[in-house]
Amino acid sequence: MSVLELQDLCVTYRTDGGPVPAVRGVNLTVEAGQTVGLAGESGCGKSTIASAVLRLLPRGTEVSGKVLLDGEDVYAMTPGRLRAVRWTSAAIVFQGALQSLNPVRRVGQQIEEAVLLHSTQSQAAARVLVGELLERVGIPAARADHYPHELSGGQRQRVLIALALACGPKLLIADEPTTALDVMVQAQVLALLEELQREEGMALLFITHDLSVLTHACQRLAVMYAGRIVEEGSSKEVFADPQHPYSRALAAAFPTIGDPISRMNPTGLAGDPPDPSALPSGCPFAPRCAVAVAECSTLDVALRHAGVGRSAACIHVDGPDV
Amino acid sequence: MVLMSDPVVSLTNVQVQFGGGRIRAVDTVSLEVARGEVVALVGESGCGKTTLIRSIIGLEPLAHGSITVEGKPVGMGRGLRALRQRVQMIFQDPSGALNPRHSIYEAVAEGLRIHKVKGHEPTLVAEALAAAGLRPAERYLRRFPHELSGGQRQRVLIAAAMALQPTLLLADEPVASLDASIRGEILALMRSFVDTHGVSIIAVTHDLGLAWNIADRVAVMYLGRIVEVGPTEDVLRAPKHPYTQALLSVVPEIEGMEQQILVGETPDPSRVPAGCRFHPRCPLVASGEADRRGFGDKCRGVDLELEPEVGSHQVACHAVANG
Repeated sequence: MSVLELQDLCVTYRTDGGPVPAVRGVNLTVEAGQTVGLAGESGCGKSTIASAVLRLLPRGTEVSGKVLLDGEDVYAMTPGRLRAVRWTSAAIVFQGALQSLNPVRRVGQQIEEAVLLHSTQSQAAARVLVGELLERVGIPAARADHYPHELSGGQRQRVLIALALACGPKLLIADEPTTALDVMVQAQVLALLEELQREEGMALLFITHDLSVLTHACQRLAVMYAGRIVEEGSSKEVFADPQHPYSRALAAAFPTIGDPISRMNPTGLAGDPPDPSALPSGCPFAPRCAVAVAECSTLDVALRHAGVGRSAACIHVDGPDV
Repeated sequence: MVLMSDPVVSLTNVQVQFGGGRIRAVDTVSLEVARGEVVALVGESGCGKTTLIRSIIGLEPLAHGSITVEGKPVGMGRGLRALRQRVQMIFQDPSGALNPRHSIYEAVAEGLRIHKVKGHEPTLVAEALAAAGLRPAERYLRRFPHELSGGQRQRVLIAAAMALQPTLLLADEPVASLDASIRGEILALMRSFVDTHGVSIIAVTHDLGLAWNIADRVAVMYLGRIVEVGPTEDVLRAPKHPYTQALLSVVPEIEGMEQQILVGETPDPSRVPAGCRFHPRCPLVASGEADRRGFGDKCRGVDLELEPEVGSHQVACHAVANG
């Protein structure tokens, strides 16, 4: 059974300006021990998916479709069951470690609180576990007595990872876990996630706009645009030979150092991502697409088969619909 | 150091200190930038790269050394206004750099007024916006920052900077807060101003891909000092300093390079290690290779500066100095 399965997930935010469809029919599976990357720009709906998995969306948000954690429908759970599932079945590491930690409580206490809430351990046992968790993510156990501001950005991000690991989740959702970090610290955190995933057999859903990071860290990759997955496949193939013009632009955005083509030749994508509350008709990517044809402004292509284990939502892909 | 005939900016042994000299944020840096040249200043947070470019527009007093812009020394008092027209700056977060209650027109016109730029103001503003890729400019003039996307806001700031026809543009992480697809567009715009207007750029970044995309030269900073500098192709394809090598090895795009993840946090400029300031994190010292090759004691005991190298590729490393 898959650790996480999204079936035709739709999320619509209610705002004063009217409904905003942030996620529009996403199907995605994460198997046990697998690392899946979710790539896309701000506003494409990728962080909404992270929140939707654990029902962390604002009150009144409309959700349809299914979110299955270990086969169990998250949106059919009782509040008690939901509380039990959060942290033990799935946990989230958000971006912005400084905002996610309570500034006036010691980091050890914050982890301990999560442990005590979700298990029947004694306080003494929980304290030992906190030390182990911190050591596990490369922070000396003595740092448990420190406040968040006394730690560096990389250490705070590690504390958040330790916090997420507190109850041994089967699935870890990491939402831009390295975006605010320096290159070297980013590499440290990525290596840590990779190691944890390998040793604990945890599944990882990795969300970021940096395709190159995902290619490095993930087996499978899904590229999102305007609330939908527009391409999916093995991460190496999607990065090396993207089928959707948007994935192609994302893959080219971060140059390969040493590659003469990108030297003195930065490439980007003209235009801006569409406003989710006012999506264009037809393919939402058409206004920015270099290979759009006349039909693209009216025809919204669904995901099509594009080779073994791959799919892309583009008129130029010949395969049948998925 | 290779002396240029007519550098736009020239830094000589620049030191910037904080905390009454306790913290040496910039520690003896010399650098020249030629007309129409793009130099990427690369390093981790806290290495002093932002402090260094702030000192060029007189925002940080120098403890030692000197800076000249187009031959004129950068001081703290008079002359700063003229300097700040010739040297413009753009920042990482375009939302924070724009006044939310000023229209886009005002954002660009303000600099023109401060510096009393001659010409018909509305025409100058419209031309600047169009040159920065905001076309037709009329569509943007009356809008406010919150109505624009992050990429558009960065274009407004570039327009406001370039409207003053600077000779030097200082860019502090110009694309770090932008989405991947927007990044290339902004970099292309910056490079186009170099090619059409001959402006020089110092871009501060931790993104080596940016350097590969637009920079003629790369300077790598570590704990307040430049440890390697040279033409982009040389530094990024054949790095000599172990720190540069480590930085490159963790760039995910580079295949086939063994990752050297440096342990420990970004170093603290209030506690600069003795000897080579990189030695506590240096793989050559940690692996014992430096000792085997007979210069380990120098790494731990002798501080060193950039030494002239073949061509204009300079490195500050005992391993290189000792063959």
